[in-house]
Order: sequence, then C-alpha cells, then structure tokens
Amino acid sequence: MVRPRAALRLTGRAAPAIAAALLVLIVLAAVAPGLIAGASPLETDPVAALTPPGSAHWFGTDQLGRDLFARVVHGTRPSLLLGLGATALSVAGGAALGLAAALGGRAADQVLMRAADVLLALPPILLALLAVTVLGTGSVNVMIAIAIAFVPGYARIVRAETLVVRRSGYVESAVVLGVPRPVLIVRHVLPNAVGPMLVLATVGFGAALIAASGLSFLGLGPQPPSPEWGAMLSQGRSFLATAWWIGVFPGAAITLTTLTVNAVGRRAQRRFTRRTAA
Amino acid sequence: MTLLAVDGLDVRFGGVHAVRDVSLTLDRGECLAVVGESGSGKSVTARTLVGLTGSGATVTARALHFDGTDLTRLSEPRWRAVRGRRIGLVLQDALTSLDPLRTVGAEVAEPLRVHRLAPRAERPARVHDLLTGAGVPDPERRAAQHPHQLSGGLRQRALIASALAGEPDLLIADEPTTALDATVQAQVLDLLDALRRSGTALLLISHDLSVVARLADRVAVMFGGRIVETGPTEGLLARPRHPYTRALLAAVPGARTRGRRLSGPVPATDGPPPGPDGCPYARRCPAADAVCRATVPPLDGHGTRCWHPASDTLTPEPVVTPQKTRSTDREERRRRPDAATGETLVEVDGVSKAYRGRPVVEEVSLRLDAGETLGLVGESGSGKTTLARIVLGLEEPDTGAVRLDGQPWSGLPERHRRPRRSHIQAVQQDPLSSFDPRWTVARVVGEALARTGIPRGRARTLRTTELLDQVGLAAALLDRRPTELSGGQRQRVAIARALASGPRILVCDEPVSALDVSVQAQILDLLEDLRRDTGLAVLFISHDLGVVQHLADRVAVMHDGRLVETGHAEELFARPAAEYTRRLLAATPLGAGA
Repeated sequence: MVRPRAALRLTGRAAPAIAAALLVLIVLAAVAPGLIAGASPLETDPVAALTPPGSAHWFGTDQLGRDLFARVVHGTRPSLLLGLGATALSVAGGAALGLAAALGGRAADQVLMRAADVLLALPPILLALLAVTVLGTGSVNVMIAIAIAFVPGYARIVRAETLVVRRSGYVESAVVLGVPRPVLIVRHVLPNAVGPMLVLATVGFGAALIAASGLSFLGLGPQPPSPEWGAMLSQGRSFLATAWWIGVFPGAAITLTTLTVNAVGRRAQRRFTRRTAA
Repeated sequence: MTLLAVDGLDVRFGGVHAVRDVSLTLDRGECLAVVGESGSGKSVTARTLVGLTGSGATVTARALHFDGTDLTRLSEPRWRAVRGRRIGLVLQDALTSLDPLRTVGAEVAEPLRVHRLAPRAERPARVHDLLTGAGVPDPERRAAQHPHQLSGGLRQRALIASALAGEPDLLIADEPTTALDATVQAQVLDLLDALRRSGTALLLISHDLSVVARLADRVAVMFGGRIVETGPTEGLLARPRHPYTRALLAAVPGARTRGRRLSGPVPATDGPPPGPDGCPYARRCPAADAVCRATVPPLDGHGTRCWHPASDTLTPEPVVTPQKTRSTDREERRRRPDAATGETLVEVDGVSKAYRGRPVVEEVSLRLDAGETLGLVGESGSGKTTLARIVLGLEEPDTGAVRLDGQPWSGLPERHRRPRRSHIQAVQQDPLSSFDPRWTVARVVGEALARTGIPRGRARTLRTTELLDQVGLAAALLDRRPTELSGGQRQRVAIARALASGPRILVCDEPVSALDVSVQAQILDLLEDLRRDTGLAVLFISHDLGVVQHLADRVAVMHDGRLVETGHAEELFARPAAEYTRRLLAATPLGAGA
C-alpha cells in the first residue's frame, strides 16, 4: 500500500514534469496545429454530423460534421493569443500606472489609486463586458477589455513593490553614486519592482484566458467559424443533452491550459522568491 | 557531581560535520563561555544541549549527561519537560524570538503555564517578579505591552525573564548581547552575572572574546567544529597558546591597537588545504605544516589543541608589523594645530532634523578635514545614522546647513548635487541590501565606474579588477552575485564601489558591526590602508567604542540627537568631559584603558 504522504510527495515531484510536458504540447499546438491534428478544423461533413468520439474522430464531430479534435487543437492559437495579449497589455499598463503612482508624487498617487479602487470594486468580467460593449466585438477589443479589468490589480502590486524598492539600500547607493533619476528607475526600480509581478502574471494568465473564453462564449470575441475554445463552448451548450462532447472537450482544453500555466507559474514564483531571498 | 557533562559530542548535518568531538563540563554557579566565529559550531553545540538540533542532524556522543539524565536518550515529550524547566535558552534576536501578537507578560508567563509551575491566578504576580528580577523597569506596564513597543535591551531582558520563569539549573545564552548598545550590554551582562552568583549554571555563546571575558569562569574557543583551546578565563586571555585564540584576541580593536594592524599575517605558503582529519585552522594558520594538515592534534595538558602552541604571553601590543612611517605621520599630523591640518571638506553647521515632530538630530555642528578619520559614536537612536544621511545629501536638514568643499551641499536640488557626488561616497552597515540583488559584482562596481566616464568593455573590466585588487578581492569574484559572497567579501565589494569614483570623503555607517571579530579586523585594516594610500577623509560611524578608539583621529559623541562632546581621540578617551561619554566608556567590555 502506498502511504498517502508518500503518494503526495510522488505527485509533488511528478507534477512539475507533467505540467512542463503539457506546456510543450500546448505551445506546439499553438505554433503548428497541423502537426498534431491532420484534419481541417473548418471542413464540414454533414453525413458525419454529431458523431460521438471514436477512432475516426477522437473528440467526435459537431453539428456540421467538423472534426472536434482538429478544432480544439487549431483553437489553441487564437485562445492562447487572447489570453497572452490580454495579460501582456495588463502587465504593461499595470507597470506604467504602478510606477507612476509610486514615483509621481502624492497627487498622481491619489488619483491613480482611487481610480484603481473604483475599478477593483467591480467584478472583472462585468468590467470587461462593459468595455467590449463600448469598443465593439473582436479579438483585439476583447484583449483591451480584459486588460482594463486586470490593470488595477497589477498596478497595485507594482506600486507597493516600487515603494519598497525606492527605499532600498541599492537605490540609495545609486543615488550616492550620482546615477540620474531616469537611469535609476529603468535600471534598478523597474526590474526589481516588476519582477515579482511578471511571476504573478503567469498565474494571472490563467484568469485572463478564462475571462477571454467567457467573453467569446457570450459571442463577443472571435466570430464563427474560426475555432476558439470559448466560442466552441458556446456552440456546445445547445447540444449538451444530445452531444456532450461538443462542449466538454473545449472546456477541458481551457481548464487544462489554465492549470498547466498556473503550475508552471507557481514554480517560477517559488524559484524567484528563493533567488531574491537568502 | 557536575551538572552538565558533555563528552565527545558529534553533530552532522548530512555531509557537513558541524561539531566534532566536543567535550565540556559545567557546574552550578559556574559560567562557561564558548567563543568562535560564525560557522564554528558554537550555536549548534548550544542547540544540541536543548534538543533543538533539528530533524536533519545526527547527534552522537560518548556522554551527554545533565544532572544525571542521559540527554541522548530523551524522547521529544521528555525533552519538553526539560526544556524551559531545567535548561533555559536565551536567543540572540529578541525581536524575532518573541511572538509579535502576544503581550510580553503572556510570553514570560508561558513557561509557568506549560510546565504548570503556577496557577493562573498567581501568574501575573510571578511575571511581575520575573520582569523586576530581570531589571525591567515599570514591569506592570511592560507586561501589558507587545514586543515592538519595547527597546532592544528591554526585549532581551524580557526574553531572559521568560527563560528564568522555570527557574532552570542551566541557562544557555546564545549571543545575548550582540545586537545591543554598550550600556545596555553591560546591564544584561550584569544581570547574567547576578544569576550565576545565585547558583545558576551559565553557558554563554559569543563571537567576541572581550564580551565574555568579564563574565566567564572558563572559556572554550571553537573553530571548525572543534574546541581548539580551553581553560580558565584569566589564564587563557593572558597566555593564549593556540594561534587562533591569539589572532582572535589580537583582532579586538581598542586604544592599545591604535596605529597597528588587527589581522594577523597571511599564511606564508598557500599549502594544500587540510585533509578531513587535519587541524581545521591549518588553512589560516601561519605556523601550519604537513603534520597539521594531516592529523588533528589532541588537547594537550594546557587545554590547547595545537601541534605548535605558543608559550609566551600575549604582549599588550600583540601584533605584528608596526608601521613606523605611518604612525609617525599620524603623530606628526596630530601635533600640528588643527586649523593647519588642511582644508575642511565637510562642514555641518547647526543641523536639526525631526520626524513627525520628534527631534532626531538637534543643533549638530561638526567638520571633517582632509585626510582625517572622524569617529562618530552613539547608541542606537542617538541620531548618528540620520546625521550621516544628511551629510550624504540623502536627507534634507530642517534647519542648519551642510557644506561640501566650501560650497553649499544641503538644500540643493538633486541635479545640482549629482555632479559633485563623486567626491563623497558611502559604505553601509548591511552591504547585501545595498546591492541590487540581480546584479553581479562586476555590474555593481561597473555602475560606479560608468559614472566616472569609463566606457563599457575592456577598460571598465580592467579598472574593476584593479579596484577589487585594491580591496583584496580576487578577480574570480567578478561574476558572483552578492548572495554568493561572505559578509567580509560583500563589505569589500561595497568599499570597492565607493572607491570607484575616486572620492575624497568616505562616510561609513557601522561598516563592521555585522561582521565577526576576525573579519572586522581585516576590514578595519583595509580602511586604514586605504586612508594611508589615498588620503581619504573618513566619517566613521559606530556604536562600538573599541573600533572608534582604534581608528579615529577625532571623535564626536552623540546622545539623544545632540553632540555631547568632540575632541581628539586620545584626549577624549583619557579625559572624557561629558557625563554620557564617561558612562559609555565604563560600559565598554574591555574598559577604555585596555
């Protein structure tokens, strides 16, 4: 019998390897989906419509007879791009606003942080929904909308880190050396204040991916027939009772990707804190 | 029968052999001091005696008896009955050793509760007595406060009170005064002394021989996990036989070491490192030979573990290479009237600074002349660091002004100060926090060189190597990160960085207070060498009178934000005018005249 503790320790060791392997697979699917799934994600075949998963169609087919495996694999790139783009935008925005709040004097700090408070008071998905309503549908607008919802959180973190870094011994040492302020900010403050946030962003990426899928699910993201997990999930909703596979496989793809990135992100976070501590 | 008898104690952590063959005994009413630098195994030894070595450790001993009990056979529940009740432990850092969420009273009452020594109703009275006994004034109020509301000295005393609650037969104190100011340190040592006289056995762990000298009946000096020399305190201090003990004693700065080197001669030959069974000190020992490297010597009849023990007494001025040219230089400079010693580089004129209405620096005026070392002495909270920051232009004074090279320095916008920053550089107490954690040594020093206009590339690498060489570091360290360096190496890098811009003034804020005595000796020697070679003026801030006595030409004493006394080092220490200076001198472990 395997003792529960030992089993935990075993998965504790195996989990990073599994996550890394999955990450490689996900990246491969995003870069070269044709290598994994030979079938076309767009080609319809009315005869084979709503085939359950089997040897011909691993994930089954949808109501138009499109191969779901191909659609899920080919859907990796647009889905990931949405999540990545949204995360990149919110990180950049958060870093800029956080630094501005921490270094720009009392007035800037007050204005920016109270604005952040207002945005943080609203559920992110609601905020994103509002933004898309104003901006219009489409991939780029979904990214911007999600970024708007996520920026305040990142800005808060960067501001807090900046306030710590600004009073650190090494920034003071740079002042004593006569390093000009802009150079000092770029060389010491920015990397040390944003570093912790980058690690958080890998975890935040999962949240952005889910938010993007959510907006697509509501029909606000990439428009059909392009394969995107959120949009596919939305289609699958109508067939849940008769053809469960249409909804389940894209949903599983979202969950698995989020978990994988989170696992890798947390590992990076641990390593980062270990490196800067000690 | 002896209270504590340790024979042949060995502690291993995986492949690391932290404590080797340590034997010691201790009786009631006796104080044994275990002295050694970080990594010598002294703290591990102490923790083993309270069963706190940790799960990764393998502890073996021929005998480990405490009052007739074999400690090696104790189960964890049995240990808990001993710990805090029979054996008390006082740790170094009172702030982290006290639970921040509990009151001091609750913390002190903990042993009473755990060991069921006093019913709930009696505990407040007992806590009151314990705090009073530990020399905590106003115990009722203090018991209701939280650790952060207490000063370092009070916290340490509260910790001692809590360790004494179980009325232990043996009290182990691991560096109980290291973080404390001289006067507070003296109070804590007095308290421990009173305990010893009332019959408690005291095991004192310290890196500083001079601190334990006044308290300990016997001393055991540890190095590399072994006791290298042991004996009655007086004899060991007067006639140290082991080269490490001698080096340790010689490294203690003070009045008698003025104008002399503190660190011993570097081993003449870089022989092979000592084998696993060799003498641990052979790597550093100037007298080491092949025998030393191959086999560890036994403890001889004098309690010395050395193949080549010294037999002469340690002369009052123990060390090596007196530097005649330099000391005559200094004597001459000292004889000259002050006004003529050269130009005044820094002028602090009536500077005051308050934080949130609380004055930190009040009406301080002083000056620093070219080529001199001004020692700024004061206890924590005296305002000396704030004054240093004002001198460095990191903090603006509320009133008064600082002039650098005869021109205004305080009150300027930073961009006017920046071009002149190369003249005045700083070395901080904690070098690690003064380095960007992501940067290598090459980048840290390179950043300072970039300010002087040396272009990136070969020229800069060359100059960086030169600077490292100047502070006694090998070029191999260029690619290391600060976390990969030892404390002494970090401080050397910090000094190299400060020297990069070719400053005329160096402001050193407690640059050696985080270092072991022997490493401190090397850094102090380095600062002396630099001053001799480059004519740097140094503002040297320290709470340690011995260090200042060793190094400074002139001394300024700060107390509660005010300058209480300024004068030439020798005169000031010989005839202190201010009452506070006299108190400070009296509290210094080896005494002012030593």
